[in-house]
Amino acid sequence: MAAFIIRRLAQSVFVLLAVGLVAFGLFRFVGDPVDNMLGQERTMADIARVRAELGLDQPFLVQYARFLQGAVQGEFGVSYRLARPVSEILLERAPATLELALISAALAIGFGVALGVYTAIRRDGWLASVVMTVSLIGVSLPTFLIGILLIWVFSVELGWLPSFGRGETVDLGGWRTGLLTESGRRALILPAITLGLYQMTLIMRLVRSEMLEVLRADYIRFARARGLAERSINFRHALRNTLAPVITVTGLQLGSIIAFAIITETVFQWPGVGLLFINAIQVVDIPVMAAYLMVIGALFVLINLVVDILYVAIDPRLRADRTAAAR
Amino acid sequence: MTDVSENAIPENAIPENAVAEHAPGPIAERPTGRFARALDSDLAWRFRRSPLTVVAALVTVSMILAALLAPWIAPHNPHDPASLNLMNGFTPPMTANAFTGAEFLLGTDDQGRDVFSAILYGLRISLFVGFAAVGLAMLIGVTLGLIAGYVGGWPDTVIMRVADVQLTFPAILIAMLIFGVAKGFTPPELRNEMAIWVLILSIGLSDWVQFARTVRAAAMVEAKKDYVAAARLVGRSKAAIMLRHVAPNAMGPVLVIATISLALAIIAEATLSFLGVGAPPTQPSLGTLIRIGQRFLFSGEWWILLFPSLTLLVLALAVNLLGDWLRDALNPKLR
Repeated sequence: MAAFIIRRLAQSVFVLLAVGLVAFGLFRFVGDPVDNMLGQERTMADIARVRAELGLDQPFLVQYARFLQGAVQGEFGVSYRLARPVSEILLERAPATLELALISAALAIGFGVALGVYTAIRRDGWLASVVMTVSLIGVSLPTFLIGILLIWVFSVELGWLPSFGRGETVDLGGWRTGLLTESGRRALILPAITLGLYQMTLIMRLVRSEMLEVLRADYIRFARARGLAERSINFRHALRNTLAPVITVTGLQLGSIIAFAIITETVFQWPGVGLLFINAIQVVDIPVMAAYLMVIGALFVLINLVVDILYVAIDPRLRADRTAAAR
Repeated sequence: MTDVSENAIPENAIPENAVAEHAPGPIAERPTGRFARALDSDLAWRFRRSPLTVVAALVTVSMILAALLAPWIAPHNPHDPASLNLMNGFTPPMTANAFTGAEFLLGTDDQGRDVFSAILYGLRISLFVGFAAVGLAMLIGVTLGLIAGYVGGWPDTVIMRVADVQLTFPAILIAMLIFGVAKGFTPPELRNEMAIWVLILSIGLSDWVQFARTVRAAAMVEAKKDYVAAARLVGRSKAAIMLRHVAPNAMGPVLVIATISLALAIIAEATLSFLGVGAPPTQPSLGTLIRIGQRFLFSGEWWILLFPSLTLLVLALAVNLLGDWLRDALNPKLR
């Protein structure tokens, strides 16, 4: 177990270094930000001054060292587009994305597991088939079309919910939350559904297939033969044993939710990190792109690490396998 | 080079030979022409038996044809400003314009551009990017997969490590990042012209892992077989064995992955273009058209948004269905 964790940690550090290299490569080799910042009217003196300010006149190694040192401390330089420190912008935008992602994940897990169990138990029921068919469409629909569709129905036609922004927010010591105001909660509904729907269908289908497999197992038949209540069999015996793979996939999906938040945030003009990233790509705002890359890389590595360790911790059968595979 | 090895390669590798053995009817009755034999195959029989798949194939083929023939089918050329009349702006579908009396099948956008023509030309770009991106992903993935599976050793370790790392990130995120990086590298004055190629590169690079993993697994199985040993015995070079013997026999599952990848690539392209980091406004793809149409959602011009979205949806669904069917049809376990 310890050897496995150390191996995974080493691998994580390696991945992070690779991501850091890509991020630094962006800085060092991509375009000249001075053009973007100064516009058409500029003198050679202006250009030289801004280059010196940004440290672009330094040699490669110095810049690399400065970048790594800064990245570790959370310093990613100044955004070319917004002319403000990137770390400041990221911190300001992070609560919006995290709130959206967590609410979506909760929706996806809650409804996903519930519907998965339902469709597995009532396998031949009409409602279960309806749910399965709808989920098939949900998987095929691109995220941004789901968002547009929801806006169309609930904002344009029915006028029930806002179509963009976060509504009113309350500042809790640096964390701007939209969860405490009426308009903030209303504004969250459509984006959260858009972002969570795909993950929900995924979790639902996974729970269903795992559950169907477990329900066929011998110990379930024995439990039934022992006269246990159907409810107890389904939830205490069957569901519990389907949860290991579900936890892995759900954990990995958490990363996807944060990545797909880019799309949802653009559709709903949600002022989060994803929208920031898309705007950065559009104008090639390198510091923001590099910072996003580093942060998302670190987040993914962390999630994967936790999921891997959790998986081994939950399922004792894997411990032997993993250590054998590690040799 | 001896030709002894020719016997080792099944002549028409996949999928015909995999299927020919199971084809119905005694051998004597079977047709001999290549085309006739294909029609007689198991795969074709399964295809005819699944109406949904036939519909999906028809939809896909007609969309590809419509895209190819767009300059001849489209009533207008949406890229030619001379053919636009601003007076025709916002004409609803199948209704005569109040000023000019012109009628448009699917209406017009704010600049009087025929939505139907724009979709046809958009389909062209979407499909081109989709096919090219899958082609690139296939080229990279199959090559690396063959090397990893047949050569083994450290190249295998390096390739698979990179694949593992890439697989932990969603493909769309990787495509976005590559797009951003590549956009940064292209000089600003060429960005619009290069955007399509950058798009192909980023989607292609984000999607090679599945190909590599599958081909690697297949190549590892093939490498242990007798015909490879025989080829080695007659003295063919490692590269020749890999390309002429192992590769054709490891290609079966690639067709399935390519089809499913095509659907994914079309959606990825649409998503990127919708986000404004894909096809430029000068060469609008379906995603760009949806991006444009979204602006008119609140003012009531629904057709500018609806028709490109429906086209994308139907295309993605049809290709997806084809891919699913192909996966089941070529899976020996499900026979």
